Amino acid sequence: MTELELDLVDGWVERDLAEEFPELSLLHTWLDVRPTRSPPEVRKRLRMLADRYTGGKVVHMRQDPVPWAYRVFSRQVGIDPDHDRTPVEAVALRRLKQGGLHSENIVDDALTIAIAETGVPLIALDAAKVDSALGLRLARPGETLDGLRPLSARQLVVADADRPVAVVLGDVSRGAGVTPETERMAVCALGVKGVPRICLEEALWSAAETLYTDASA
Amino acid sequence: MRVPDVLERPVAPAGRIVEIDERAVRRTLLDQVARLEGELASVFCATWPRTHMPHPTVGGRGGGPRLLSLAELEELRDELAGRISDARRALSDRTWVEDSNRRLIEEMMLEPKRHKWRRISAEDIGEPGCKHWHVRPRFGLVGMLMNWWRVVISSGCPLAT
Repeated sequence: MTELELDLVDGWVERDLAEEFPELSLLHTWLDVRPTRSPPEVRKRLRMLADRYTGGKVVHMRQDPVPWAYRVFSRQVGIDPDHDRTPVEAVALRRLKQGGLHSENIVDDALTIAIAETGVPLIALDAAKVDSALGLRLARPGETLDGLRPLSARQLVVADADRPVAVVLGDVSRGAGVTPETERMAVCALGVKGVPRICLEEALWSAAETLYTDASA
Repeated sequence: MRVPDVLERPVAPAGRIVEIDERAVRRTLLDQVARLEGELASVFCATWPRTHMPHPTVGGRGGGPRLLSLAELEELRDELAGRISDARRALSDRTWVEDSNRRLIEEMMLEPKRHKWRRISAEDIGEPGCKHWHVRPRFGLVGMLMNWWRVVISSGCPLAT
């Protein structure tokens, strides 16, 4: 297996947003990976990850520094983290409800593993459908996601130079998400106050290693 | 210092507008929300494993993740503070009852005949599991007639069928 090298890029953050949340960031990297079925070793890793969860651990997860930081951020932007779960809590809850973490495809599995191990929310975007200048900004009046779903005024979005491609801690636009035809993708990690940059880097590295597991198999 | 020095204050010219640094106010409110969210999380964790207790929740503001207005941030801060206060009070009441039940178990162990047929479960003392303490007569009917009582401690949950 060749040595994995990642080019980590800091996304731009619009001024209004940076003034409100000075430590908000969007670290991302570009990966040449095609979504396929997960290889056995990734599925095994998911099973092992699922075995580490217990009810008590999930309940107390909200007091761990990284999940707590995202709960705080959710609260500060008007989301109830007990209703709209942060990604790491959503993974934990899925594990409790389903009795395991079932494999879907290499991209979803890689994000699940990285989110569960680091607590950092990640999204994947199709590189062919977004331009290279990814960042965070507030939705502009009349803007929509996918041209269908209207965005609230001053809603936090991940955007490229032209349009919003995802809602922060929310849905990814269908017009920018990864599909079976994707050949290159951007994996983005959201950074908030209280989460060291090294956690974001670790999350991206973890996702990339899992994604390249398929390529090397 | 002479008294006039203290009393004479510069008078602001009429019609002067006082500018409020909204950024500083917002930052303070965001910090307060962060602190309160931490307290809410600790109260929530303290209630575990008491599954029947109401969980202290504060609803979202609606409209997805967005920059909240000053009024919304204040409202959120106040709601969080209120919920934490309510949850702490409920937890305090509950732990008082649990402490009383623990004392009762000790009394049952010391003098079972004074607590005939009394039964206290692990849930009554805020612990997980199906364990319970039950004051029952020794040797059944004979024990009842002879006033021989003892505490039977059952442990473990029934096996799932």
